Amino acid sequence: MNKNHRVQSSRSLSAVEVKSKFGAEFRRFSLDRSKPGRFDEFYGLLQHVHRIPNVELLVGYADVHGDLLPINNDDNYHKAISTASPLLRLFLQRKEEADYTAFGTDSLTRKKNTVLSAVLLRPDANRKKPPVIISLPRDFRPVSSIIDVDILPETHRRVRLYKHGQEKPLGFYIRDGSSVRVTAQGLEKLPGIFISRMVPGGLAESTGLLAVNDEVLEVNGIEVAGKSLDQVTDMMIANSHNLIITVKPANQRNNVVRSGGGGGGGGASMPMHIIQNFPVDELESEDEDLVIEADGEAEPIRRAPSNYSMPSLPRYEPHLNLRAATTSVSSSALSINANGTLPASGSSGSLSNTNATSTTSSPDRATERRSLEEDGTVITL
Amino acid sequence: MKRFRRHGQESQRDRLKQELFQFNKTVEHGFPHQPSALGYSPSLQLLAIGTRSGAIKLYGAPGVEFMGLHDENAAVTQVHFMPHQVELVTLLDDNSLHMWTLRGHKGLSELLEIGRFTLTGPPGAPPSVTRVTAVLAHASGELLLLGTEGGHVFIVEVPGFRELEERNISLDQVAASVPDDYIGRRNLEHVEALQENPINPNQVVIGYGRGLMVIWDLEKQCAIQHIPATQQLESVWWTEDGSYILSSHSDGSYCRWMVGGEDVNEEEEKSDIPYGHFPCKAISKIIQLPTEEGPPFLLFSGGMPRASYGDRHCITVIHSKTHVALDFTSRIIDFFVIRDGLQHTGDPSALVVLVEEELVVIDLQTDCWPVIQTPYLVPLHSSAITCSHHVSAIPLKLWERVITAGELQHTHYSKKPWPITGGQNLAPDPPQRDLLLTGHEDGTVHFWDASGVCLYPLYKLSTAGVFHTDTDPNDNMNQGAEGEWPPFRKVGCFDPYSDDPRLGIQKIHLCKYSGYLTVAGTAGQILVLELNDEAAEQTVEAKVVDLLQGQEGFRWKGHTRLDVREEPVLFPPGFQPFALVQCQPPAVVTALTLHSEWKLVAFGTSHGFGLYDYQQKNNVLIKCTLNPSDQLAMEGPLSRVKSIKKSLRQSFRRIRRSRVSLRKHHVNNTAKLQEANARLEAELAEMELAPVQRKIEARSSDDSFTGLVRTLYFADTFLSDSSHNAPSLWAGTNGGCVFAYMLRLPPVEHRADEPVTAQPAKEIQLMHRAPVVGIVVLDGHGAPLPEPLEVAHDLSRSPDMQGSHQLLVISEEQFKVFTLPKVSAKMKLKLTAVDGSRVRRVGVAWFCSSRTEDYGESGLTVLTNQGDVHVVSLPHVKMQVQYPCIRREDVSGIASCVFTKHGQGFYLISPSEFERFSLSTCHLVEPRCLVEAPLHSGSSNQHRSQPDGASSAHRTRQESEDAEVLQEIQKSLEGDQTSFLENNVKSAVA
Repeated sequence: MNKNHRVQSSRSLSAVEVKSKFGAEFRRFSLDRSKPGRFDEFYGLLQHVHRIPNVELLVGYADVHGDLLPINNDDNYHKAISTASPLLRLFLQRKEEADYTAFGTDSLTRKKNTVLSAVLLRPDANRKKPPVIISLPRDFRPVSSIIDVDILPETHRRVRLYKHGQEKPLGFYIRDGSSVRVTAQGLEKLPGIFISRMVPGGLAESTGLLAVNDEVLEVNGIEVAGKSLDQVTDMMIANSHNLIITVKPANQRNNVVRSGGGGGGGGASMPMHIIQNFPVDELESEDEDLVIEADGEAEPIRRAPSNYSMPSLPRYEPHLNLRAATTSVSSSALSINANGTLPASGSSGSLSNTNATSTTSSPDRATERRSLEEDGTVITL
Repeated sequence: MKRFRRHGQESQRDRLKQELFQFNKTVEHGFPHQPSALGYSPSLQLLAIGTRSGAIKLYGAPGVEFMGLHDENAAVTQVHFMPHQVELVTLLDDNSLHMWTLRGHKGLSELLEIGRFTLTGPPGAPPSVTRVTAVLAHASGELLLLGTEGGHVFIVEVPGFRELEERNISLDQVAASVPDDYIGRRNLEHVEALQENPINPNQVVIGYGRGLMVIWDLEKQCAIQHIPATQQLESVWWTEDGSYILSSHSDGSYCRWMVGGEDVNEEEEKSDIPYGHFPCKAISKIIQLPTEEGPPFLLFSGGMPRASYGDRHCITVIHSKTHVALDFTSRIIDFFVIRDGLQHTGDPSALVVLVEEELVVIDLQTDCWPVIQTPYLVPLHSSAITCSHHVSAIPLKLWERVITAGELQHTHYSKKPWPITGGQNLAPDPPQRDLLLTGHEDGTVHFWDASGVCLYPLYKLSTAGVFHTDTDPNDNMNQGAEGEWPPFRKVGCFDPYSDDPRLGIQKIHLCKYSGYLTVAGTAGQILVLELNDEAAEQTVEAKVVDLLQGQEGFRWKGHTRLDVREEPVLFPPGFQPFALVQCQPPAVVTALTLHSEWKLVAFGTSHGFGLYDYQQKNNVLIKCTLNPSDQLAMEGPLSRVKSIKKSLRQSFRRIRRSRVSLRKHHVNNTAKLQEANARLEAELAEMELAPVQRKIEARSSDDSFTGLVRTLYFADTFLSDSSHNAPSLWAGTNGGCVFAYMLRLPPVEHRADEPVTAQPAKEIQLMHRAPVVGIVVLDGHGAPLPEPLEVAHDLSRSPDMQGSHQLLVISEEQFKVFTLPKVSAKMKLKLTAVDGSRVRRVGVAWFCSSRTEDYGESGLTVLTNQGDVHVVSLPHVKMQVQYPCIRREDVSGIASCVFTKHGQGFYLISPSEFERFSLSTCHLVEPRCLVEAPLHSGSSNQHRSQPDGASSAHRTRQESEDAEVLQEIQKSLEGDQTSFLENNVKSAVA
């Protein structure tokens, strides 16, 4: 269950060697892998070893792929420590001089140059056009969005309503109705569930992604066909923390049209593999129950041994080099995975590396393990 | 490699599941809903009841019962056994006739439909020609005579349903010979009655609606005699000696006619309107039976004076100088009389009356004609059932004491044994004694023997005596004034009118080891009772508990607290209340539990919960769970629908009271009823206007009734640290909150004087905020903690206190396991997020393997709002099996479900019937019985003795083997299904 533990087991070293670079100066020191401490302590340590106590720093490290990734909170700090192999290379910049564009996961493929050279050796190389300033991951907050455009029929739309502590109500109503479908026997009228009303100012309305009379096909990956209005209502409410609805929009003119070649950077190999881009339990931290001890303060329940989860990274990664693309996308295959058990392991486009999967905090390791197995990827856990 | 192994384990697990779980609906307990026809076979000693939903049920000796269902969804209007045979014929509302038989199969009898028939008239004839109105199963056992609306009598050969056209008695044939001076000769109307001459089966009397009766000779095919009655005919009876015919009429009269008089125009022998002078209602059925010595019995239904007693449901029995009008509380469907003797031709011994809501049997051979207690078909709903509670494996001592207490209540019943004795009950004796307790709207608790096929009433507890109720002491319906005419006598126990709905029982908890019982009701009252074999006069001390705990700004708009009697009350032997807690506000009690070892009772309402020490009779703890923003909780009785129900009930009560007061003063009931009706209509219209749409919104803490306490649980576990276990109290609310309190109990020797204390220890807020419906602590082996005193009585292994305990919280949406003492989430099973169903009922059950006796495991039995039952494994909370059980529209059925500790369950299929089902392969209670065909000729009846002991024993063994084989086959058939389901569930849950 615990990823720290898992990583440790693959590396017996308990000390992490750290090489920290600020400007032209290097410092070397080591940290105890099992007791990394908190990010602010670490930050203080860096200021101390570089003797720059009052300088605002931007801390970055090179991960196993050579990508430059930021360290700015406990979670990605722990991540960095736990994945260091064996050397943790740190790059410090003054905040006011920081080059945000250097960060990113696919920086390696985007540029021929290594990230390191881009940042350190020729800092001016990329300054030709003014960079778009994208704030750091910590400043991102997941928002409601259309997801899985690449795997759904164009007539369907999968919408994630992300509540994220907002006070806004979800704000919509559903009703029974009938929809005409094409079946083997010809056109058939089948019962269906439809959005009947939007609450003005509600989350559903404010996203603009759902509309009255859209037919609801799935709730968090589970088909609603054959379920009663009350069942679907209960399913939606039970998933209300992270509600993902697949609809067939009543208005079919605004559909996302996929270009033939598959646009998102996948090149010729459009991601044919069956993926769902949402790990259902990704937001498990949202689902933590609150325990109040009689003599203490309220604390969220941690999963049995504490589980450090990264705040979800923005998932702007395109699908890359998934194994030799399966040639057929069948809707049946889609439904197999439609229960959303597959975590985002595929989407990070990694080379069969456990670390990549662990960038997303999927709590149900067992499930993940199994789904990986079933993908046929050979993984030693 | 891994995959292979897992598959191996799975198939092994599948096999085990088949050995553990199996779903069966086994037997229906109680009284059939909406009975519509009654039949009786003297030779088989079997009783048959047809219902409006097309069911046919046969009952014999206790435990002997059969059920069949017509494919047509039409009401059964008539049931007739073929004389001296095991066949019976039913007539349905849709004019179809059905032949049923009791066929022996592997040593057991089963009820089978073997034929169906619809009368076809000549082409072009109107449907009324063939619309059957009267059926006579001829004594030969080979003929059915069918009288129709068109006035014809069709003769059909059975069992093949072959029409014997040449023998039909057409209306024209009869009309031709009708005397010219008969007033109604132009239109004889339909055939109302068909009766055969008891001494000459070739003669039948055909009674026409208009009044005319014709005695017809089936051999000679001609009319022998015409009886020119002029009133609308209701029924006909041919007396035993064949010399008289009795006819009853719509004006409340009956007539006696001499048979075989030479003169066709002979005047009627005798005509009488028993309750005459003023217009009377029809006498719908009349019977006269001779006695060996002395005057005959005359029995008839109806005939009451229309204006003053037209709404009574009466059967009048007249014997010698005794004349009683038995007054039933619901409509009379039919009645028959059981007679003594081997040929069933002796003195009348018992009158069996089927009324709409119960079966009443009256002993006609004991003075005063007492009622015989029915061993089955007992109306569960004599007052509406408000809750039920099942207790498995009752210790013998408690069982005997309950029975003794019950017997003292049954003294007014006849001592005679149950007169319907057909068939043999071959079911093995139940392995254990089970009690089903039902709480009722009138404040009573009924104790039922639920061990076997017959749900037998053992004891009835009334809690109303503790309180002052608004019943008028003079309002006693049983009191018949001296010299009253007609001489009414109230019979039957069906009394749906509650004196005070606040008395209604909502929760029951019985400790089977100590005999302590706690019941809680609608007006926040909690009674603790103790079983006492002697009557006792005592005052019940009331303790008022303010659950609001200073919460301000609320106004209770509901009913007031019940008014407690302050003077000592005499309680009969049985369960006697000794402590009373009254919640303030007096909201309905929603959770209740009792720990007899610690002598504590915990109770909860929509406002909070409390802990009461019934030894010291004081409160240990009060906790308000109310959310300050929840205004609705204060409004009183939960919904508006309920309040209409209440107002309707009140109007009914008013009507009843005025009826009882002998119509001395006419209150404006009609106005009140109209008012209530108008209100109801407005409410319904409002409901219809609302479009069927559902709001999708995350639950918030501001929702209504989040503070409602759904479940309470006592556990001796590790709440604060992992080395010391201590008593604890757990409470779960509608808002997904769990409160845990550590209890400190004084040592036993100081239990009476040192206080019990409770300290808040933990509070868990489930993030999904779904109502908590169950809390269970699992011991170090993952087994649920035993019940209090269970270990002390050596009936359970003591729990493992070494390993770490786990807390299982069952919400409507999820099953979640936490570690203890540090509460951290360990495992969970999501239900609602996956398939949209919600947990409605949950119980812990022990499942034994059908193959190996020593293997068993505990599991959760779960009923969802979709009406499906599931078994969820413990402690790993994995879905095991799922079966559809109740229709999801049947909300009251789902709400009434109660699980036993051995994987069985009960739910109401109608207000008066429990369906029993089983999820276990080992614990099955189902009827197994045999009915043998009677030997036809009279003399051979003596030979109908029992087979000798050896052979019968042999047969039972054979049967059990057969049953095993059958089970095996069934299991292998079901196997695929279950594993398929299991796989589905697995992938869905994962």
